[in-house]
Amino acid sequence: MRVFEIAAFAVRGLTANKMRSGLTTLGILIGVASVILLIAVGNGASSAVQQSIAGLGTNILTISPQRAQPGSTAKPLTTADAAALVGADSPDVKYASPVVSAQATAGYGDTTHDIGQFIGSDPRYFNTTNSAVAQGNLFSDNDVQQARKVVVIGATVATELFPGTEPVGKSMLVNNIPFTVVGVLAAKGSSGLQDADDMVVAPLTTTQNALTGYGSLTQIVVQAQSADALPNAQAQVTTILNGRHKITGTADYRILSQDQLLTARTATTETFTVLLASVAAISLLVGGIGITNIMLVTVTERIREIGIRKAVGAPRSSILGQFLIEATLLSLFGGALGVAAGMIGSQFTIAGIQPVLVPSSVLLAFAVSALIGLFFGSYPASRAAKLRPIEALRHE
Amino acid sequence: MSPVIEVRDLRKTYGSGDTAVHALRGLDLTVEKGEYIAIMGASGSGKSTLLNILGCLDVPSGGKYLLDRIDTGEFDEEQLSLLRNRKIGFVFQSFNLVPRTTALANVELPLVYAGVRRPQRRERALAALDLVGLGDRTHHRPNELSGGQQQRVAIARALVTSPAIVLADEPTGNLDTDSSREVLGILDRLNASGRTVVLITHEDEVAAHAMRTVRVVDGRVAGVLV
Repeated sequence: MRVFEIAAFAVRGLTANKMRSGLTTLGILIGVASVILLIAVGNGASSAVQQSIAGLGTNILTISPQRAQPGSTAKPLTTADAAALVGADSPDVKYASPVVSAQATAGYGDTTHDIGQFIGSDPRYFNTTNSAVAQGNLFSDNDVQQARKVVVIGATVATELFPGTEPVGKSMLVNNIPFTVVGVLAAKGSSGLQDADDMVVAPLTTTQNALTGYGSLTQIVVQAQSADALPNAQAQVTTILNGRHKITGTADYRILSQDQLLTARTATTETFTVLLASVAAISLLVGGIGITNIMLVTVTERIREIGIRKAVGAPRSSILGQFLIEATLLSLFGGALGVAAGMIGSQFTIAGIQPVLVPSSVLLAFAVSALIGLFFGSYPASRAAKLRPIEALRHE
Repeated sequence: MSPVIEVRDLRKTYGSGDTAVHALRGLDLTVEKGEYIAIMGASGSGKSTLLNILGCLDVPSGGKYLLDRIDTGEFDEEQLSLLRNRKIGFVFQSFNLVPRTTALANVELPLVYAGVRRPQRRERALAALDLVGLGDRTHHRPNELSGGQQQRVAIARALVTSPAIVLADEPTGNLDTDSSREVLGILDRLNASGRTVVLITHEDEVAAHAMRTVRVVDGRVAGVLV
């Protein structure tokens, strides 16, 4: 009975100054919404990464060069290494594609575009990375042998450079060297941190000629005969490369399977999520401090009212209760609106990432917002409750 | 007759050391049930301090105060708030109504803290407002009422709990002559119906309403005029 009455006093106190209550609520709203939204974005990024790695297939090994230990020399990964990986000594290896990558700027007409990734490889590369062609054709082994200046472009590059025109057959400039577009890849979407469609693939030989030179390969992508054959393929690749590079101690290359790649990338996106969540948590904290601030102002402003209530017999507990309920209502209301805003916001694609809502984060953010009211409201409320009636009444 | 208020050797000191101010220096006072007493004195004589202590809004530094034969010196803040709620009705010079709250809600306030249920609360608050002649102003807020009407709301609030004593600190101090007459008339009627009334005033005409006048000088009772 009494609790209900005191809650009614609290509601009246809040509605008496709607502007201020609204702004305080906004602080909590932003905090809660950003916690929910940023965790959803982080989660969305990591699930996109997982999907894109899963899209690679379960029978892929990636070999990349490793920096040498001091005192030894590292041999670069070469095209010959890649060629040696397919043969009688490695029955479980199906393909091995040499890969080089470069930074490049593409131009067509007056438009220029900084390409996310310029890759040089062979036609098997499209197979191992699950890349399908949407228009035109892929380049052929013959193109690689002849080092023809042809490229297959990703969907993003196509829309950036050739808005409203058909790219296939056009000649585009890559670092001022003309290349003919032979195909456009189907859009894959974002893989979390980078746009998988912002890429151009050209024959390995052409890329080495024009852009990267004949140094080390960036990667060798190996496809095993099947997922079950992957451990065998990895052992055979290791034996062959160790022989070719005359390795006795630490290897100058690194082999990652799709599982390991997944683990490594997941760890990165988890760090990313934690970072986002802590930024959001700080904004929630700031919202809480806003509540303390406003409640202190409210208490100071209403010292006379507190005096009047005490003079007519309000016990300490009811004054404490009234102001605690005011603070908690502010934060609960802000929390509820924040949950709504976070859930609506996560329906939209943010920075190329489709957020994936984490139900526990919604619960957590809401619960924390409720506790924030209690925690940050308790100091102003206890100050109000402790006032001596005569001192409160004399306050101007 | 049993005393409602019994004060013995009451002392109140503000501050300490050289700057200490002795507002009350051993004051004795007895108020019988049903009495109507006016307390007069120059400003700084300690009369307001006395009334605040009688209303349990302040605590004395020394001496005894028995309210309805209860020794208030042994009470903690929680029990004092209960006393204020049940035994005392206080009327202030500056009305002290809760702003932005209707007359009815203001009068109901002590009953809320007393835990009276809503229907009875409403009934008693309306009766109290009727008694002060404001039965038609129940849903007005303080800023929509004249000074005299505000003070009558405050009196209704003071008597709605049927307290043992009604204390009034210069209730007509901020009012014009007509409003003062109304307020004093209400206090007269309250006393006539058996309520104990203690008020502070500067004015002899106001004091004339009381049965006796207590004169306070330098924190002590200097004389009683019957």
